[in-house]
Amino acid sequence: MRLLVVEDEAKTGDYLRQGLSEAGFHVSLARNGLDGHHLAMTESFDLIILDVMLPDVDGWRILQSLREAKVSTPVLFLTARDSVDDRVKGLELGADDYLIKPFAFVEVLARVRSLLRRTQAPNTQEELQVADLEINLLKRRVSRAGKRINLSHKEFCLLELLMRRQGEVLPRSIIASQVWDMNFDSDTNVIDVAIRRLRSKIDDEFEPKLIHTVRGMGYKLELEQDHES
Amino acid sequence: MSLKLERPLSLSLRVMLFVMLAIGLSLLLTSRLVLSTVERHFIEQDADELRVMVDAIEHALAHENSDLIELPASLSSAISGHHGVFYEVKDEAGAVLFSSAGLDFSSAVSSISPVVYVDASTTELWTIDNRTYRGVGVLRSIDERVYQITSAIDMEFHKNFLNSFQRSLWLILLGAGVITLLAAWVGVYQGLRPLRGMSHSVRTIQTNKLDTRLDPVAVPIELQDLVLSFNQMIEQLEAGFSKLSHFSDDIAHELRTPLTNMITQTQVGLSKARSDADYRELLYSVLEEQERLNKMVNDMLWLAKSENGLLKLSSTPIDLQDEFQALFEFFDAFADERGVSLAVNSNRVLVQGDRDLLRRAFTNLLSNAIYHSPKQGVVNVSLSQDGAYASIAVENNGPEIAAIHLSSIFDRFYRIDPSRARNSEGAGLGLAIVKSVIEAHEGSVAVESNATRTKFIARLPLIS
Repeated sequence: MRLLVVEDEAKTGDYLRQGLSEAGFHVSLARNGLDGHHLAMTESFDLIILDVMLPDVDGWRILQSLREAKVSTPVLFLTARDSVDDRVKGLELGADDYLIKPFAFVEVLARVRSLLRRTQAPNTQEELQVADLEINLLKRRVSRAGKRINLSHKEFCLLELLMRRQGEVLPRSIIASQVWDMNFDSDTNVIDVAIRRLRSKIDDEFEPKLIHTVRGMGYKLELEQDHES
Repeated sequence: MSLKLERPLSLSLRVMLFVMLAIGLSLLLTSRLVLSTVERHFIEQDADELRVMVDAIEHALAHENSDLIELPASLSSAISGHHGVFYEVKDEAGAVLFSSAGLDFSSAVSSISPVVYVDASTTELWTIDNRTYRGVGVLRSIDERVYQITSAIDMEFHKNFLNSFQRSLWLILLGAGVITLLAAWVGVYQGLRPLRGMSHSVRTIQTNKLDTRLDPVAVPIELQDLVLSFNQMIEQLEAGFSKLSHFSDDIAHELRTPLTNMITQTQVGLSKARSDADYRELLYSVLEEQERLNKMVNDMLWLAKSENGLLKLSSTPIDLQDEFQALFEFFDAFADERGVSLAVNSNRVLVQGDRDLLRRAFTNLLSNAIYHSPKQGVVNVSLSQDGAYASIAVENNGPEIAAIHLSSIFDRFYRIDPSRARNSEGAGLGLAIVKSVIEAHEGSVAVESNATRTKFIARLPLIS
């Protein structure tokens, strides 16, 4: 997967490149608007991360000119101004998602993956399986090692999210938003408690453990191959 | 189109204009009254004189009894002692029997009426040779002979007197008017002195001396209201100002603590070579502080924006009952783990608003209530309609909040127990955000607390 990052702030650009590269993406970094525009027009990318405040050509102009040239690559824009106008403007110009600075890298990663997944064929799977954990989306049934596990509605949604995005670190904000439709940072550790409950049902009595806490970032569900501790 | 806002008339000018009008009118009335009284008096006097004259002539005619030779002398003596008087006596046919010298009545006097009694109302004004006379013509029959008696008094003397009297009267009244106006002006100037005094005291108030108050007893009663309002304004300013300066202190403190932590941790971490695990631990710890900072900055920006009215609300109809069901699902595990149960008793209540923002506010209220609830406690939400408002009461049986804290509990960074400053509660902005969100929806928040329960109440306008 090829990503283009257009970001003039040196450190932000470097770390975005490093982080995304280490997450398995092939990343090109443009440090100003003109280079970014040129790269976006001449090469093919799966996704563009575009800073709005650039010294030469601002992100809006780049986005506009890409859309006018019928380049439909998904665009995630970064803005420092948390104003409704900015968001509306970006989305109207054809951006696919936005993040407000300061953002958490794990959030960027989660959004990037969501956007990339959106462009793929919709998932019509009936069943999901990780190791010996199986869930049936139609019957809303969960079993591990053949043993039926009863989950509440929201616990099921939470598990479904983790399984659909297995291997990805999901920040708490994304979990809250996707499972409970709470689109803001909560002061409380509600998500941690919910994960703890889910864990007690699907992990406590079984090996190997599937739900992992990634400290400082979020949670992921994965069958870890090489155990490091 | 050029509607220019002009300064209203000065107070002194207003008072002076009114005084001038009032004095002018009363002086005018006075002068009219005096002049007409004097004139009336002269007329009566003239009428009296004329009556005496006519009576004297009549008497002379009766006495002399058609002795025409004797008549002039006796008439002259009858009138003697009167100055500037003229008379004429004719017989029935119009032949002049006697006439005092110097005046020809024929041009002025048209008719002689049989006036019985001579007084002010029966006299007439005649103008003969450009001089004005007051006169009367009477018919009298004496011893079966009829006489026409005409008499008149020269009025020039009275007129001259009246004119000069009028002149001096006007002068006196004008003088009185001017003196009164001056006195009024001095009065106004003196009267405004307390205002200048107030202005002087107000000028000395500086931002660091906001505790200055004006003394409402030291000013005239009319200014007391102004002083009281001013004091009230200063009081509010002082409260706002001290809140603001506390707020800056709080920000500095809240930011300084995580920054100090990060710097200390990092410097200690770097001071010698450590294992990978230690470095990782260090980074995690720093990350936690950074996230705390990040959230605080975001919340503060959000609050600042909402306070400056920059918040843009989306607006959708919201069924509060459904909303709290969803919130209860969100808090289900969290409350359960703390041994707190959630209950809602409600009617269907619809409001209009920004779902995400209201959720944020309700989340803060609920997490607060759960957090401060004792084990086995119940957080009870009641939704009801209260006039044009939806009332949302979130109640727990947590510890009592002392009355002194209740008024400040929605302030930013306000903490009931300063020692509990840094725990999982966050930066102490939660309730400030609740207040901002609810007020942005034109609602209000309140809190009540007693020994057994604490209740936060939000009121939002019902959908119209």
